Amino acid sequence: MADVTLMKTPAETALVQAFESAKTALPGNGESRAQAFEQFNARGLPHRRVEEFKYTDLRALLREVAPFAAAPSADEAKAALAGAKALAGVEALQVPFVNGHFMREAVDFHALPENLEIVPLAEALANGHEWLSRLSPVPWANDNPVYQLNTSFMADGVMIRVAGPVETPVHLRFVTAASSAIATATRVLVVVEEGASVTLLETHESTDGANHQPNDVVEMIAGDRTNVQHVRVNAEGDKALALSTLAAKIGGEAVFNSINVTAGAATSRHQVFALLNGENTHLRVNGATMLKGSQHGDSTLVVEHGAPHCESRELFKTVIDNEATGVFQGKIIVPHHAQKTDGRMMSAALLLEEGGSMNNKPELEIFADDVQCAHGATCGQLDEDLLFYLMARGLPKKEAESLLVQAFLGEALEFVENDAAREALVGTVESWLKARS
Amino acid sequence: MPAVQETIDQVRLIDVDQYKYGFETEVEMEKSPKGLSEDVIRFISAKKGEPEWMLQWRLDAYKRWLTMKEPDWARVSYDKIDYNDIYYYAAPKKNPAPKSLDEVDPEILKTYEKLGIPLREQEILAGVEPERRVAVDAVFDSVSVATTFKEELAKAGVIFMPISEAIREYPDLVRQYLGSVVPVTDNFFATLNSAVFTDGSFVYIPPGVRCPMELSTYFRINEKNTGQFERTLIIADKGSYVSYLEGCTAPKRDENQLHAAVVELIALDDAEIKYSTVQNWYPGDAEGRGGIYNFVTKRGDCRGRNSVITWTQVETGSAITWKYPSCILRGDNSRGEFYSIAVSNGMQQVDSGTKMIHLGKNTTSRIISKGIAAGRSENTYRGLVSAHRKATGARNFTNCDSLLIGNQCGAHTVPYIESKNATAVFEHEATTSKISEDQMFYCQQRGLSEEEATALIVNGFVKDVLQQLPMEFAVEAQKLISISLEGSVG
Amino acid sequence: MLEIKNLVVQIEDKRILNGLNLTVNKGEVAAIMGPNGSGKSTLSYVIAGKEDYEVLDGEILLDGQNLLEMEPDQRAAAGVFLAFQYPLEIPGVASMTFLKATLNAQRKARGQEELTTPDFIKRVNAAAQQLEIPKDMLKRALNVGFSGGEKKRMEILQMALLQPSFCILDETDSGLDIDALRIVSEGVNALRSPDRAFLVITHYQRLLNHIVPDTVHVMHAGRIVKTGGKELALELEANGYADYRESEAA
Repeated sequence: MADVTLMKTPAETALVQAFESAKTALPGNGESRAQAFEQFNARGLPHRRVEEFKYTDLRALLREVAPFAAAPSADEAKAALAGAKALAGVEALQVPFVNGHFMREAVDFHALPENLEIVPLAEALANGHEWLSRLSPVPWANDNPVYQLNTSFMADGVMIRVAGPVETPVHLRFVTAASSAIATATRVLVVVEEGASVTLLETHESTDGANHQPNDVVEMIAGDRTNVQHVRVNAEGDKALALSTLAAKIGGEAVFNSINVTAGAATSRHQVFALLNGENTHLRVNGATMLKGSQHGDSTLVVEHGAPHCESRELFKTVIDNEATGVFQGKIIVPHHAQKTDGRMMSAALLLEEGGSMNNKPELEIFADDVQCAHGATCGQLDEDLLFYLMARGLPKKEAESLLVQAFLGEALEFVENDAAREALVGTVESWLKARS
Repeated sequence: MPAVQETIDQVRLIDVDQYKYGFETEVEMEKSPKGLSEDVIRFISAKKGEPEWMLQWRLDAYKRWLTMKEPDWARVSYDKIDYNDIYYYAAPKKNPAPKSLDEVDPEILKTYEKLGIPLREQEILAGVEPERRVAVDAVFDSVSVATTFKEELAKAGVIFMPISEAIREYPDLVRQYLGSVVPVTDNFFATLNSAVFTDGSFVYIPPGVRCPMELSTYFRINEKNTGQFERTLIIADKGSYVSYLEGCTAPKRDENQLHAAVVELIALDDAEIKYSTVQNWYPGDAEGRGGIYNFVTKRGDCRGRNSVITWTQVETGSAITWKYPSCILRGDNSRGEFYSIAVSNGMQQVDSGTKMIHLGKNTTSRIISKGIAAGRSENTYRGLVSAHRKATGARNFTNCDSLLIGNQCGAHTVPYIESKNATAVFEHEATTSKISEDQMFYCQQRGLSEEEATALIVNGFVKDVLQQLPMEFAVEAQKLISISLEGSVG
Repeated sequence: MLEIKNLVVQIEDKRILNGLNLTVNKGEVAAIMGPNGSGKSTLSYVIAGKEDYEVLDGEILLDGQNLLEMEPDQRAAAGVFLAFQYPLEIPGVASMTFLKATLNAQRKARGQEELTTPDFIKRVNAAAQQLEIPKDMLKRALNVGFSGGEKKRMEILQMALLQPSFCILDETDSGLDIDALRIVSEGVNALRSPDRAFLVITHYQRLLNHIVPDTVHVMHAGRIVKTGGKELALELEANGYADYRESEAA
């Protein structure tokens, strides 16, 4: 193909203007922001010729840049949180964000559970908190344009330190409530110290009908012998363009489970960058995605086995109804020294109706010889024999389909350890199916 | 039974870094001026006695090529190629268009003898069963020096001749199909080939004909600083069948040489084409000096209903391999198959795989790929399976396995699986593993040495693909794999 | 024939054999019995030369040659055959191919002519028939998808073809039903000869009803703790290994 220099799109130009006008007002010394934005701007919004964005062309998808929102008033915040429903039934310590701003009033800093510390990010950035040096724990995430945008614009968030076992789950609740489109760039850092354990819930909701543009990053540093259970729910509004990143650096002999359940947003892309940094660690990254209408849902995953003797399991299930499009890109990297790696990745997609699309790209990149790695990808319809069997037993077609879809997605959900969270996720699947029939 | 013992003997006999076909033939050659320009293209076209439309086609391709950039998405790295430091045409001076074998330079005949390629029909006839015969087109640098069994094939209506001859003798057929599967503008290397291709084979099988023997082309790069740009076009008309084999070798040289071929296959209704390759270009030495850059575009078009195209490849040679033999499954119920063994050792880099594009209804495809990486090589499988909106009932099964021998090499799998049709069912599985210590011990306990045991287990690993090759080729391929892995153990 | 002196072996810092002494004479069938974990399988692997084991002391001599200095394939050529408790599967390699490759490798190592294909097939067929191995099983990939009994019969087939001088049967009876046990035992008994010795490793006395040993050794905690005639096996069957455990405790 001929080499053409791409013209800047209106959105790219708007991003430059937005950064120029915002950079002095944003907290912190601005050096890393400027650097990140420069890197982003050198290449612009990623498009389909950029391998990692082959199936999610942000240059084409992001037409107009929404303004970044100011902090909401107390009343606005209260109303926004009152309407938030995702994982509401799961008992947890609430750490809410409204329109990209941390709601410190909602957290009783004097009554935090044992072993837990929370530092507001805006404040930390402004006064150069010592934990800031621990941001960006996964080096290669810095090359990612979505991550670069978040680093450029991050206005608020929290830094959490888990010093020992924390029993109560911590719920990071992101809510965007505005009738016209707004953009957010929130950053959360969770440091789980050696031997500590925590359950993190993370939910994202926004009002329907507005083209909200959240770009949120959650980063984790999990030390040796830690246990982290992470449950993420995308329940964004029907017009949202939701970009998100989980970047995790995990030490040795640790257990790290993360699941992302997506049913929301017009366009979503959830990126997971995981670096296994110590031996004998078990990593599980799952995904359950339900898409309908003309939704576009992208799950992108890079797991680097940076140490020998680690095990990773990735299971992604995607159900596609109507004319929706699903994307799975997963890569397992095993460098020379990561002997005895055991990595297995599976992506399975169900297309319920004519018109849907699924793009699968499972990759293995292997340099060590004593490893066992495998990946699989399937794509197809519901098993007709099973459907027939259920219908012959008297179930109407839609119900039979629902049952099979539930079982299909259920395989990805069953690893969620927190019972209440798992039940809530099953409920999400059920209501998605109910809305379909 | 597979010739395991022979394989093992072969491994024993041959030292590391010994490329068997690395000799050079001393022949006086006529060459085009060095480098690439419109004049050079006119020179090539004039040498071939081509009609005006062909020259125009080439010149259009050249103009297009000047605007294109070398692709960089493959997982290979090499020094920039200076396209003006290559001879685009080199032919033996003595009688470049021999009418019979007697007119061919004896040095060249000796070359093929040494390579074990039979060019004399009577020699082939002696002691060979008729159905085991193979017709050969021998391409030496830029020209075809001999084509065997032409007359007997003509009796069956089969056209098998150098493409430069076909352009003169069957211009309408060539014009109708050339560039219809791989368009002139397809990619950097295919466009370059369209501008400067020198020779290659042309095959046409008429309706309802089962080609009476295997057809094969043997490509030899001999001259230094010369690129080989061959073009092969195979058309299987309605209800016909052909099996075609391709072999490649080159002398050992310290410089890299470029090979940029284009192969186009067209299968009409109910036709079947089997295309097998044993690619053994000079891979370079243990330090990565020299070797062929193999940038090849191979594509088959299952244009008719119920048509079948099968690609089978055994890739052991070349410093760099960049090739993705593909099938466009256009006709309803058509079938595409890809069977591949890619062995890399030393400093070789392989980025190879296939594309199966499902367009028609009830089209099926199957991909079996076995990659073996040893030494300090890089071995990547890259493949695309896609179902378009109208590809109702499309089916694909893909299995790609990689085996690593040693801890200095890399094996990578990059599949793209794209479905736009709910009734399409795609299944993909890939594994990467090594030869288990327990398997090795078991074989050694029965008396096999480490090297013998490796050869045996690797042969088992690639068996599914070897079975797809015609018998004679399978034996040769098996030897080749063991030789390629020589020195990788212990 | 085989002489083991003061063999001390460990694996990953765990001592398995503790100064084991054992002699097996030409033509003798020796049985080793012992509870799980007594080191029986380790002994068979160390004789055959598996890598994972660290020999700290002692020697193993076969007809005076020091086996410990040899690679596994050299030991095989010298006459050692181990019938594995869990025979390995080798995908894609037909059993016939494997048999021919191993037989010729060993013949070559011993300076013998390689067999011609017809001669080879004749030998395989004869041996297969005796072990009731159907021909189609020989065409399948080695041990892939074979039942437990089929795998064990394939081991004995290899033994019959390779004609080793010292055969180790490691828990050959495990996973066999009574018919398979009979077939396998008959195969082994047919190979008994004054020039060949056997070391039969088993947990139960059952196998020894079919392959009657000349001597029985009891192994415990990495050592031979008692040696007797075939009646010792019956005694063990009746009383179990408890006595030995107690004597250890005491």
